[in-house]
Parts: sequence; C-alpha cells; structure tokens
Amino acid sequence: MRENVVIRTISRISVPFIQVFALYVIVHGAVGAGGGFQGGVAFAASFILMFIAFGLSGVEKRLGKKWLMVYSIIGIAIYAGIGFLCLAAGGNYLEYGAIESAVGVAHLHGYLIDAVEMGIGITVMAVMVSIISDVMDRDGESP
Amino acid sequence: MEAVLEAFLSHYNYGMAIILMMIGLYALIAKQNLVKKLIGLNIFQTAIFLFYISFADVEGGIAPIYLPEGMEAIYVNPLPHVLILTAIVVGVSVTAVGLSLIVRIYEEYGVIDEAGLLKMVKRR
Amino acid sequence: MNVKALLAVLLIGVILFWAVGDMPAFGDPQSPATRYTGKLYVDLALQDVGVENIVTAILASYRGFDTLGETVVIFTAGISVALLLRRGGRL
Repeated sequence: MRENVVIRTISRISVPFIQVFALYVIVHGAVGAGGGFQGGVAFAASFILMFIAFGLSGVEKRLGKKWLMVYSIIGIAIYAGIGFLCLAAGGNYLEYGAIESAVGVAHLHGYLIDAVEMGIGITVMAVMVSIISDVMDRDGESP
Repeated sequence: MEAVLEAFLSHYNYGMAIILMMIGLYALIAKQNLVKKLIGLNIFQTAIFLFYISFADVEGGIAPIYLPEGMEAIYVNPLPHVLILTAIVVGVSVTAVGLSLIVRIYEEYGVIDEAGLLKMVKRR
Repeated sequence: MNVKALLAVLLIGVILFWAVGDMPAFGDPQSPATRYTGKLYVDLALQDVGVENIVTAILASYRGFDTLGETVVIFTAGISVALLLRRGGRL
C-alpha cells in the first residue's frame, strides 16, 4: 500500500518538523503551554502520518513494533523511579522538594518535573502508536 | 422577561453542556449499533469536558501561565484544566478499548447490533 | 425513535436544567471554585513548585500520584488492545 508520490513527499518533509514540535511541547511543559500528554500525542501523530503515507508493514519494521510496549514501560519506570528517588532522599513519594534539598542544586524541582513529563510523553507516544498499528493491522496486509 | 433573558445569557454554557449530554445519553440508550453507542459515549464525554472547562473561565482571565515578574493579571482557574487534561487521554483509551472489543465481537459472532448479539449469545 | 429512552433522557435533562439556576454565572470571578480552590493554586504554585505553568505544577507536583495512576491506565489500555487484536490466531 503505497500512496501517491505527492503524499509521500509531503509526509517525508513534514514528519521531522512534527516530531521536533512534539519534543518542544514536551520539554516546554514547565515554562509554557505544553506537557507530556499533548507532546506524546503529537509525536504519535507523526508516526500515524507515516503509517498512512508509507504503509503499515515497512514503518512497523523500521519502528520495531515489539519494542513499543517496552518503551511505554520505560516511561512509567522513569516516573515511578523519580518517586522512589524522593523516598530515598527522605521525603514522601513524589515529593520533589526532598531531592532538591538533599542534593542542594537550585531549580532541581523544575528539571525533575521535566523528567516526569518526559516519562509521560514516552508512555503516551508508545501506547498511541501501538493502538493505531493494532487497529490498522486488520486488512490482511501484514501477517 | 428581562430577568429571564439575563439568567439565560449568564448560564447558557450549562444549557449547551446539558443539551449535548442529552444527545449523547440518548444515543447511548436508544441506538442498537454498538459503534453508534460508542459515538454517543464520546459525545457525552465531550459534554462533560465542556462543562468543566466553561466553569473554569473567569471574566477577563488569561491562560494559567505566570507572566514575567511584576506583571499583574487575572488567571483562569487551573484545576479543571488539569482534571480534563487527564480525562481526555483516558477517554481516548476507553474509545480504543471499546472499538477493539467491537471488532472482536464482529469477528466472533458476525453481528454488530445489540439485539443480534443477544440472540447469538443465547443460541450458543 | 425509542420513546422510552427519549422520555428518560428528557426527564434527566429537565432535572439538570432545574439545577442550572443555582450554578454561578459564566465567567463569574466570585464563583466558589475560582474564589477558594483556584485562587489558592494560583497564589501558591510559584513559591511551592517554582514552575511558571500552573497546570503543569498541579499535574506533576500537587496531583503527581493521580497522574502516575493515569499513566498506568493508558498503559493498561494499550495492553488490552494488544491482547484483543494482536492474538495470532488464538482465542
């Protein structure tokens, strides 16, 4: 299933820009409008555009479909791991202030929130791409 | 008359949310097709989102991101935005799970409407 | 047209429209949700969390445990879609 050459060329050009914008939205979550959920969905949208333009099987092969669930577990592990780091630093679960006062770096709180947003973004991206590829994978094109 | 119009104009957002909710609830109860039921569930969800977001609004308020030091502004209520941000993503997940259940039902029984599904289940 | 469903939905709609009169007006700065809870978050978020975006501050810090559960819910949805549709001839 290969689409028209116009569609393929335009998607090839615009996919990197969508992905850069999605990363900007994720990383910009603490200082402006943005966050993990929105950026993750925007990142998944770029892969969905690739599915539509280049066909399912080729993109899945390059993406590594069986790794998608591993990515989502990695995202949750980043989030929960930061919570356990807070426990190790002597605070409550997900009390970022405990790490900040234990390490002694100023503004660490904001960086920890960025890391948490990154975990959310990875999970949302992986799960959305996995759902779409499962739902699309029905017309007998790929085994 | 003036007072009734005033009351309607200051509360019309709730009215719109309730009308949208009634449309979704009717589709959820009365439609036989399972996909149409799921569309009704989505309309219902959207009504709830609009209800929450509309009561977060403040007259003349701006988005809840702090302006630079020294600039005064009225911010809208941020808490409903947070609740709805997570609810939208969960709504997408619920829709995905429901659609895949419908796909499996169609593969297993060959029907997609509620009455036919009950008949097929009873026959087995 | 399902008359019973229409009657039930209209009944619920009438009850909800009856309750609308007690709600605060649209954009009212003195509504209880904005005046107490919302004002608390707007006033305290910068000194408590130190992040400019109040929504992110609430999402990741005040309600961090809630968001962790939310992420697990999304993960569970992905797992269940994979279990339902990616089954390789079994089930």
